[in-house]
Amino acid sequence: MISVQTDDFDVGTEYEALRSSSSGTGAIATFSGLVRDSGDVSGVTGLFLEHYPGMTEQVIQRLIDEACQRWDVRQVRVIHRVGRLALSDQIVFVGVCSAHRADAFSACEFIMDALKTSAPFWKKEITGDSEHWVEQKASDVVRTQAWE
Amino acid sequence: MSKAILNIRFFARLREELGTESLELPAIPGQTVHDVLSELASRGGAWVQLKGSQPVMVAVNQAMAKHSTQVHAGDEVAFFPPVTGG
Repeated sequence: MISVQTDDFDVGTEYEALRSSSSGTGAIATFSGLVRDSGDVSGVTGLFLEHYPGMTEQVIQRLIDEACQRWDVRQVRVIHRVGRLALSDQIVFVGVCSAHRADAFSACEFIMDALKTSAPFWKKEITGDSEHWVEQKASDVVRTQAWE
Repeated sequence: MSKAILNIRFFARLREELGTESLELPAIPGQTVHDVLSELASRGGAWVQLKGSQPVMVAVNQAMAKHSTQVHAGDEVAFFPPVTGG
């Protein structure tokens, strides 16, 4: 399940949806990303997130397909919010069910790392009365390359 | 049969700095993404950055592409900065 949405999400609801999706599940790994106050600059008060509708969902689906080929993955849910977000708001959720914890951890981390460097989302940080587009981090590219 | 045009789209910082969300260009047989960027950069002003030092990512029909990728009539060609989601 992939959802790109402006609305917030509830991690408990997503976890239950994963838990009830497959009787062979022995492990669920979830990740949530939040808006923090120091990004490229300090004093961030919020974010604006833009995406490329259509392409975004296709890229995330390909990442999920790749995860399913590399690990024993039973079910995946990915939610990414767009639009205006405030400090501490939830931005992204990745949840993975597997028979075993190692596969759940790896698949969840891979999807999150690869999403950050390949899914067409762009963050603009808002600080008081100014705003700027966030630059891609070299460290994020390194993390994605480590999965190749 | 598609019209002999390319649908060009811009996102994020490029969309803002070019003041343009989308435009149409005539499709020329054999042209590449590189040719499209050169054509757009020749408009001058903010458009010059499309051939500047900052990386410009491209997707053709919503799949990541290279500057050497050929484009054809009816294609959607999107330009954007490196992605920063998650």
